[in-house]
Amino acid sequence: MNIMNLINALPGAAAQGLIWGIMAIGVYITFRILDIADLTVDGTLCTGGAVCIMMMQSGQNVWVSMAVALAAGMAAGMVTGLLHTFMGIPAILSGILTQLGLYSVNLKIMGKANQAINVDKFDLLVSLRYIKGVPFYKNTILIVSVAIIALILILYWFFGTELGCSLRATGCNDKMARAQGINTDFNRVLGLMISNGLVALSGALLGQYQGFADVNMGRGAIVIGLAAVIIGEAVFGKVFRNFGFRLLAVALGSIIYYFVLQIVIWLGIDTDLLKLLSAAVVAVFLAIPTWKGRYFSKPVNKGGA
Amino acid sequence: MLEIINISKTFNPGTVNEKRALKNVSLTLEDGDFVTVIGGNGAGKSTMLNAIAGVWPVDQGHILIDGQDVTKLPEYKRAAFLGRVFQDPMNGTASTMGIEENLALALRRGQSRTLRAGIKNNEREVYRRLLATLGLGLEERLTSKVGLLSGGQRQALTLLMATLKKPKLLLLDEHTAALDPKTAAKVLETTDMIVNRDRLTTLMITHNMKDAIVHGNRLIMMMDGNIILDIRGEEKKNLTVEDLLHKFEEVSGEEFANDKAILG
Repeated sequence: MNIMNLINALPGAAAQGLIWGIMAIGVYITFRILDIADLTVDGTLCTGGAVCIMMMQSGQNVWVSMAVALAAGMAAGMVTGLLHTFMGIPAILSGILTQLGLYSVNLKIMGKANQAINVDKFDLLVSLRYIKGVPFYKNTILIVSVAIIALILILYWFFGTELGCSLRATGCNDKMARAQGINTDFNRVLGLMISNGLVALSGALLGQYQGFADVNMGRGAIVIGLAAVIIGEAVFGKVFRNFGFRLLAVALGSIIYYFVLQIVIWLGIDTDLLKLLSAAVVAVFLAIPTWKGRYFSKPVNKGGA
Repeated sequence: MLEIINISKTFNPGTVNEKRALKNVSLTLEDGDFVTVIGGNGAGKSTMLNAIAGVWPVDQGHILIDGQDVTKLPEYKRAAFLGRVFQDPMNGTASTMGIEENLALALRRGQSRTLRAGIKNNEREVYRRLLATLGLGLEERLTSKVGLLSGGQRQALTLLMATLKKPKLLLLDEHTAALDPKTAAKVLETTDMIVNRDRLTTLMITHNMKDAIVHGNRLIMMMDGNIILDIRGEEKKNLTVEDLLHKFEEVSGEEFANDKAILG
């Protein structure tokens, strides 16, 4: 239990937390803005990693590979969106169907269950080897931080536009949105596309970071995303009111999640139990609003205006 | 302005819950008509409004707004012609968004939503001025989340949103039923003010016979998916609740057994 072991592991945890933070921002868009729990992301994360790594292996530039990964994620989001809107399948089930289908798609993209990429032979944007002992401009933590800030700025701008506002209204009150002439079906599909595009981008970075893509790399991603959203809100919710800062809180929540994970590993807890622990923590946090309402609310004066 | 031609709607056809909610209903509204709609529960009042708004497709018949057949248009496209206020104050506004953001959404009703700014600075002045006409002090709270407002404030705001971009037809679905009497009266007063100011063609459902008589220039009563009474002009002006009850008994052969509608 040498404290230095923990401290040495923290930069890696921060890098991972940041990369997963992009995914968590995607989850925030569906879960908090569109009010949909989108389970597609478990599949999309791997799709992003698989597409990026296969493209790079075939000699494509890292930027092109990541752009195609993003597009692949958006396509997956569109499938879920159309299952939900055009075919009328409940959102949660639509996500599960796409996710299951993506398992086969991901296997076909990679040709087998996993594909590696060698950091020495390919010009990767991020890697666990680029945490220490590299020039600062190649440092993974810096690069992903800049990427997250750029993404937050773009999303902040977008959700302030006419289209972005109509998307927020769709998630908040779709009856009102339609009465104000907003095409709620289109907006749901669009929101799912943006969200899954971000998740695939996160997967593309994660694949480079760990040096491989694996067909199971997205398992439980939705839970990690929700954990980041919830931790971010719990820790920064009172301070960050502005929409942009809320997205930042989600990214920070993801970093905190990975720090806590690192501490748990350092404490020597059986890593097989980590997913159970994550699930339990998220379950408790999701229950808090209900418990607050049921056990801690003061009687309110109903009726009247 | 509005022409409803022979529309019918049956919910849950072929099941034990089958309900013929509208039976060959026809109705024509002239430009500037303010029509109040009364009738018991399940008479088809809300169904008729929802049919006009396009919440679901009708089984048969046609709906024309200003001469244009909108029967096949989806709800969000028909919204270009319609202003709507619902019974539940929660339904008409987006609670997690600010007052000005809600108004900005309403101002763009009928336009395609682009990547231009969702709200422009010069709009705020207009919103402040219009909110001031409500007399609720909302003009000082442009950025407040709508979720913080009371039911009456939300209904007044929804009314403003429904009429911010002048609709060809204003649909009010018992928009004061969920409010306490004092607030309901205030919201009705605001309704009259806006409808008169903008000369809006209006369909207003109400449970309250007195309100139905006092407001508007025409009154229709529905029962069992049909329009059974249509009173307008001088006759409407001189109408009393007793007259209305009497007429109802005459037409339906039943006694009007709805205390809520009588007592308001």
